[in-house]
Amino acid sequence: MTTSQSPGPQLSPRTDTRPDTRPDTQPGDLAVQATGLVKTFGGHRAVDGVDLEVRRGEVFGVLGPNGAGKTTTLSMLATLLPIDGGEARILGVDVRREPHRVRQLIGLTGQYASVDERLTATENLRLFGRLLGMSRREARSRAVDLLERFGLQEAADRPLSGFSGGMRRRLDLAASLLSRPPLIFLDEPTTGLDPRTRGQMWDTIRELVASGCTVLLTTQYLDEADQLADRIAVIDHGRKVAEGTPEELKAAVGSSTLQVRLTDPARTQEAAGLVAGATGQAPTVTPEAGALNVPLAQADAAADVLIALRAAGVSIASATVAQPTLDEVFLTLTGAPTGAAATDQHENGEVA
Amino acid sequence: MTTLTTPTDTRPAAAGAAVVVDPATLPARPGLRDTLTQTLALAGRSLITMRRNPEQLVDVAIQPLLFTAMFAYLFGGAIAGGVSSYLPTLIPGILGQTALTACMATGISLRDDMDKGVFDRFRSLPIARIAPLAGPAVADLVRYAIAATLTVLTGLAMGYRPGGGLPGVVGGWLVVVAAGWSLSWIFTWLGTVARSAQSVQGISMMVMFPLTFLSNAFVPVDTLPSWLQHFVTWNPVSLVIAAVRDLLNDGQVTWHVGAALLGCLVVVAIFAPLSVRSYARKV
Repeated sequence: MTTSQSPGPQLSPRTDTRPDTRPDTQPGDLAVQATGLVKTFGGHRAVDGVDLEVRRGEVFGVLGPNGAGKTTTLSMLATLLPIDGGEARILGVDVRREPHRVRQLIGLTGQYASVDERLTATENLRLFGRLLGMSRREARSRAVDLLERFGLQEAADRPLSGFSGGMRRRLDLAASLLSRPPLIFLDEPTTGLDPRTRGQMWDTIRELVASGCTVLLTTQYLDEADQLADRIAVIDHGRKVAEGTPEELKAAVGSSTLQVRLTDPARTQEAAGLVAGATGQAPTVTPEAGALNVPLAQADAAADVLIALRAAGVSIASATVAQPTLDEVFLTLTGAPTGAAATDQHENGEVA
Repeated sequence: MTTLTTPTDTRPAAAGAAVVVDPATLPARPGLRDTLTQTLALAGRSLITMRRNPEQLVDVAIQPLLFTAMFAYLFGGAIAGGVSSYLPTLIPGILGQTALTACMATGISLRDDMDKGVFDRFRSLPIARIAPLAGPAVADLVRYAIAATLTVLTGLAMGYRPGGGLPGVVGGWLVVVAAGWSLSWIFTWLGTVARSAQSVQGISMMVMFPLTFLSNAFVPVDTLPSWLQHFVTWNPVSLVIAAVRDLLNDGQVTWHVGAALLGCLVVVAIFAPLSVRSYARKV
């Protein structure tokens, strides 16, 4: 009875012939299912038709420069902002129609610490525990637990004003985990943290996933997405420009590169000739440093190059096969390197 | 809550161990009891803050002393022929005025609070939308209690002898505290619609001055032009003050008391839903 499933009686036969994809995935199998999300501020479409599908148990990264619409997308999924267009479901629950149910399924850790500055760490967790329906005793023991797990027990009764950025972020994450939500939103979880604290945060996130949580995180750090995410959506100007595993995205950009440094820079030209003979492609050279960058169709071809150099008696100081970085992926996908990403990073004083 | 892991669990991972739930079994909206617990939890938060920043209470501590003494000596002779004969009119008037000014601060501090990150978390939590607004309002009962108590004590020190005795004073005190809480919803609403704490302050002043001075707080209503008498009589602040006068001076529960409480109820019935609506929409 396929006709009974048609939304209207006036559909032409042609529209009926398109394949029905629904049986493949039930709505509840996806942690997040968003189609055509739109958010408009004034006349500006901050999010302009974004589709997202996050499977249960994976870490999904939303990668993009400042102002790309990452936080806005997350805010709509977390019921903080009304959805202007499109649809979103969290574990099968419609975000627009049943926000209260959605809020029971998610934990949110924002870009800016969303804890009360005027309370102590313990008081914060106890408050949130009470709000989540725990008894006083349960809230207290849960607070003690989480503070210990996040290494905050010594600062438990100190006012938050004395907390470092990393401590606040950990407390924030602890607060998001109070209810043991199956889905956790992390909005730029490591922005502004020093490298060591950032590494700790990454470990914490990995542990979360190991315990069965689904994580949707936004980041403007390419290495962070590469490190943590199973799949990545790249967002720019409110639109999704690419999606895939980190490896797929890198492969989409191109082959790997062999970087060779010679012991004797004077032999650079000679080596370049040998390399061209072995791969059929001229390498880019930096004669002063005795460095050659050899584009490879396959990483295996690196061996041919090294053998050719060895046979000619050209001694090498180092050799590295590098996959393209996500930086390169990103620049390729979002346009010219002079685009928003490059400018933003420059303004933030960061080295890309 | 049967799915909680044991508290002896020490692995960090267990902190986030996802609870397997069927979303369809979750409540679609918060229940009344939950709403009450959440409101009280958030009131507790405000009380902790109040305790740590006692300077927030300066206005309710100083104002009753200042205004009672000032108005008694300033207007006493002109209006009632002497300070002591003016006190029975003035003390309930000051009580009404203090309730209103004390609850003005509710809107300002709420606006201030809403700009902080913690309100983002309140929005993302499965709690009643009214709880983050009602919590601070409940905690502010402490402010109205302090203000009302100090005003009565100042009056007593200046020679005021309420005719209603202790029951009358307690009754009047309760009406003032209830009125403060009810009227605070006007300012809570202003707090949710205004763009900044400063603008809440500005608008609140414009609301507060007509409501206090165009009332029966300081002068007999029959001295006013007749068109103004209509407004003054039905001003909720006037209703409260009339009720407090009847209780304090005569110890009687008159129709004024009923009207005052009804007026307060009407204010809450209008401004509480408006506040929740505008809070839920706020970005």
